Amino acid sequence: MKFKLIASVSVSLLLARWKQTLVAAIGVTFSITMFITLLSFMSGLNDMLDNLILNRTPHVRLYNEILPSNHQPIELSDKYKNSYNFIRSIKPKNERLQIYNYGAIVKAIKNDSRVLGIAPKITTQVFYNVGPIDLTGVINGIDVDEENRLFTFKDYVTTGNYIDLKNVPNSIVLGKGAAEKMLANIGDVIQVTTTKGQIMQLKVVGYFQSGIQDIDKVQSYASISTTQKLLGESNSYITDIQIKLKDILIAPATSIEYGKLFDVESIDIKTANSQFETGSFVRTLISYAVGITLLIVAGFGIYNILNMMIYEKMDTIAILKATGFSGADVNMVFITIALSIGVFGGGLGLLFGFGLSNVIDNIPFNTAALPTIKTFPINYNPKFYMIATIFSIVTTYLAGFFPSRKASKIDPVVIIRGK
Amino acid sequence: MERIILEAKSISKYFHDPTTIQVLKDVSFNIKGSEFISIIGKSGCGKSTLLYILSTMDTDYEGTLMIDGVAMRNKREGELAKVRNEKIGFVFQFHYLLNEFSVLRNVMLPGLKLAKYSEKEVESRAYEKLKILGIENEALKNPNQLSGGQKQRVAIARALINDPLIVMGDEPTGNLDKKNSEIVFNIFKELAEVYKQSLLIVTHDNEFAARTHRIIEMEDGKIIRM
Repeated sequence: MKFKLIASVSVSLLLARWKQTLVAAIGVTFSITMFITLLSFMSGLNDMLDNLILNRTPHVRLYNEILPSNHQPIELSDKYKNSYNFIRSIKPKNERLQIYNYGAIVKAIKNDSRVLGIAPKITTQVFYNVGPIDLTGVINGIDVDEENRLFTFKDYVTTGNYIDLKNVPNSIVLGKGAAEKMLANIGDVIQVTTTKGQIMQLKVVGYFQSGIQDIDKVQSYASISTTQKLLGESNSYITDIQIKLKDILIAPATSIEYGKLFDVESIDIKTANSQFETGSFVRTLISYAVGITLLIVAGFGIYNILNMMIYEKMDTIAILKATGFSGADVNMVFITIALSIGVFGGGLGLLFGFGLSNVIDNIPFNTAALPTIKTFPINYNPKFYMIATIFSIVTTYLAGFFPSRKASKIDPVVIIRGK
Repeated sequence: MERIILEAKSISKYFHDPTTIQVLKDVSFNIKGSEFISIIGKSGCGKSTLLYILSTMDTDYEGTLMIDGVAMRNKREGELAKVRNEKIGFVFQFHYLLNEFSVLRNVMLPGLKLAKYSEKEVESRAYEKLKILGIENEALKNPNQLSGGQKQRVAIARALINDPLIVMGDEPTGNLDKKNSEIVFNIFKELAEVYKQSLLIVTHDNEFAARTHRIIEMEDGKIIRM
């Protein structure tokens, strides 16, 4: 009952100055619209840029590297135990790149509940032979199905069908840049030479385009068995184990744990790509700052309009107080006005923001660097809508707070006797 | 013998701007139920100041004010607002109707605030009051469509909506012509005699005052006749 009365007084005051009220509401609508659009767009771009690398990067990668040994034989000697040992000219060990005991490691990791999936990989240097010219390149031997499931391999095979890599024996998916250099079309057979001198003919079944040109000029993909055949190794020869976790945040810890457990080198996604996180963070920060500035400006608009309204409606406030409305009631009337501007303007802003994001989402955006992107990226994260709602209510409440307090403190005697 | 509804005990009031002046000096008097009282006096004698103290809107005074046997001092702003809402009706020189609301809604507002009755009941009571004042046909109009006399009658209806203990008027006929003043006076008289409504009217119209039941005359912040 009480609130109904206050609401009815608020509504009639609002309608009495509906033009100004509308302007204030439009201010809020505009700022919320821009806030939502800006954040959705910016975060969409961020995600796109991150995914460019992160989607294709394993959370944890296990591999062997040719390194000098951390422990030198002299450390085992009792005689020199308490001495400083200076050793010069250490050379790396002749170590195989193969991961030892591959089958057991895979089995152990597959049983780990934190792991989403694993994809084995062989990386090897080759030469693409084009007539008399040799081009350097890298062939990645992959498990086609797992690679596609975990790292969306399909999205980057822009020409040809990715699954042919598995179904056609001795096939290769060439990097787009490499293919252009070799003038190799789909269905052509190209010749590669390994670093150990083995020569093999491979059939081109597709082009691969990652969006990063330097990679596309060098890298190609083949199935694991083809690569093993190329290298003349047994079917237990694997150089990398790529692991995708259910939660990316535990990657650094898991990486260290696996490295120790299986006695291999390990690297996690955060260490490998820390610059991406910094970039995303700064971009997000800037969009929030701009969005919040817009809202604060709208808040000042509401503040002005309420102040004006209070000066205009002094008589009304005085008589309300004379007939028994308390200061708190008057305060509530003006807060209600401010909040309804905020809720109404903000609500429309959410809708318009969604609409505008949708429009941007449908604007064509074709770039050779990003084969999977056809339109501008938008992230429709409900989080932005939540934040916008909370901010619109909080800023309008704050904008209404001081004018309302002023209205509640108006002394009716001064107004009435002043006439 | 009617009971005392309002009691003022040695009320004093100072204005501090620009210099301290005592505008009310030890004013004491009682108002009993269904009395029709006028306060007269020259301009600046403190009669309006006294009225605003009695109305609880002005709280900066010395002395004791009892309304319906309850002391008004040390009450919080919200409680005083409640007292005004429930026990006091106001009519000012200017009508102070809210143009955003219809006449009926204007009359209903204090009743809705009191929330003693449902909205429907308040509405029918507002019609009743408008009928007493002979303006029930204007109920759905906007205040700015009414004449000055009609507006003042709406203001009186608004003062009556919660059946107040006392209706206070600050020069309620001050802005009206002779004919409308007469109408308003007759309404007050009818309220006092037929409906036993207590009335306390500040006026400088001696002719008006002469026809009330009791005159309180003030001079220089003191009561010289009552």
